[in-house]
Amino acid sequence: MPKTIAEKILSEKSGQDARSGQIVICDVSWAIAQDGTGPLSIRRLQDAGLEKVFDPERVIFFIDHAAPSPRKELSNAHQIIRSFAQKTGATVSEINQGVCHQRMVEDFINPGDLLIGADSHTCTSGALAAFSTGMGSTDVAVGMALGKVWLKVPPTIKIEVEGNLSKGVYSKDLILYIIGLLTADGATYKALEFSGSTISGLSMSERFTMSNMAVEAGAKAGLIASDQITRDYLKQRGRESHFREIFSDPDAEYEKIITIKAEEIEPMVALPHTVDNVQTASQASGTKIHQVFLGTCTNGRLKDLEIAAKILEGKTIARGLRLLVTPASKKIYLEALQKGVIETLVKAGAAVTSPGCGPCVGIHQGILGDDEACLSTQNRNFLGRMGNPKGFIYLSSPATAAVSALKGEISDPREVV
Amino acid sequence: MILEGNAKKFGDNISTDLIAPGRLFHLRNNLPELAKHVLEDAEPNFAEKIQKGDIIVGGRNFGLGSSREHAPAIIKIAGIGAILTQSVARIFFRNAINVGLPIFECDTSQIDAEDRVQIDLLKGTVENLTKKITLTFQSLPEIMVAILNDGGLMPYIQKHGGFKL
Repeated sequence: MPKTIAEKILSEKSGQDARSGQIVICDVSWAIAQDGTGPLSIRRLQDAGLEKVFDPERVIFFIDHAAPSPRKELSNAHQIIRSFAQKTGATVSEINQGVCHQRMVEDFINPGDLLIGADSHTCTSGALAAFSTGMGSTDVAVGMALGKVWLKVPPTIKIEVEGNLSKGVYSKDLILYIIGLLTADGATYKALEFSGSTISGLSMSERFTMSNMAVEAGAKAGLIASDQITRDYLKQRGRESHFREIFSDPDAEYEKIITIKAEEIEPMVALPHTVDNVQTASQASGTKIHQVFLGTCTNGRLKDLEIAAKILEGKTIARGLRLLVTPASKKIYLEALQKGVIETLVKAGAAVTSPGCGPCVGIHQGILGDDEACLSTQNRNFLGRMGNPKGFIYLSSPATAAVSALKGEISDPREVV
Repeated sequence: MILEGNAKKFGDNISTDLIAPGRLFHLRNNLPELAKHVLEDAEPNFAEKIQKGDIIVGGRNFGLGSSREHAPAIIKIAGIGAILTQSVARIFFRNAINVGLPIFECDTSQIDAEDRVQIDLLKGTVENLTKKITLTFQSLPEIMVAILNDGGLMPYIQKHGGFKL
């Protein structure tokens, strides 16, 4: 019987012939949490007398949301993580290392893996043909201790994108367009699979942006078949021997197939306060903004910073506007430093923060003032997200963000690129 | 088991940012304190208006967004007995059951604010006692019923030593 990527991986991990709709118990390859969710996982394990991990190298805590800590309560939360790790041998990714999802794809995930993470954007790793999904602290705590998780095998919606993206249009625009089409709950309980010639032509960096945002349509996973680009990515990181070809069989059963022509996609912006509230950048142009944020697990990679730097090179951001830049990982930060990308951004007026989630979660570093608007390359624009329920968040690609930073208002990047 | 309480009505797309906002991130290891702020960005002073056993009645896509389990945990700590909603986001759904907070999908357009509501978990029905209407809800998968019956995922794991299908 032909299978989808989701059915293939979950069959392998459950040792059963897993079909969409079935409930299976799977072996997890990785169980991760971050500093917002990890301490509760740890407390659940302690309360249950289960203070152990199934494999210290495959249980990882990332201190990325409040890194470095802006207040004592969070410093104490970090202590809970560090002391649990010391006791059990679990791995800790410290405050200088970056966002969990970026670190997972850079250093750990291989095709066919099953990752559960106590962070909703765990779906990012789906771009490496791994089944990766977000869960809460207790589900992940059990996964950490026992190496097991129960899952309902999801049906798959296939998104087929054909053709070339126009100049000034990026995978972020494509995924915003798709979420607008599906709506914020259009893929709830389902897996999305991105395929077609456009997806095959995307770099891994751009593919991660797609998978990262699958959850914004409610999806459980955002999967992309592995190919030569996946292999090259793993090779660059010393993991070529872990490459496997994983794809949906040609006759696999999909719940739905949606076909999109890449040529028709324009630069997109999500308006407050839901991600599916999308318009083209040209429709949204002229909206005054006070802050621009370039970073996150969605668009804080080297290529994203380079796109922005190219637009900002030799120029200065609009008067009165703040530009914040947060590289997604230490590796990206170092590469951006070596290539002069950080220098270009700083000269244009950017304030650069250490690698991590930065202002995206509203804990520190760039909280909005009342009635202020921010254009961000992050994945979510819910009311209150950036620390103030009286703020307004717009989402876009790095190119749209950079052009808008120059003008002080939302602008179509095709005017300059 | 039967749960009864007054309906506390909310609209569509109540995100975990509205239930347990990021600006209160530092209270996450003090759930009783965080519970005092539950849903306050959707309805000011909501925690003070809750009578123990009240039932949250939501619209579409309740609990979308972040994976923070603190969201259903503080709803429960604040005294809410159950959630009825048109539809629920996936991670929130698992989290609610895992913390022992009953949550069911039903046609909530038939329930208004402060209606008296009775949920029969065995029969799979919701009685709107105020409007004298009976609604049915989608039954949970067996494994979730077992987790809920044991009071949450950790008690379930302690009882069975692992997952049982």
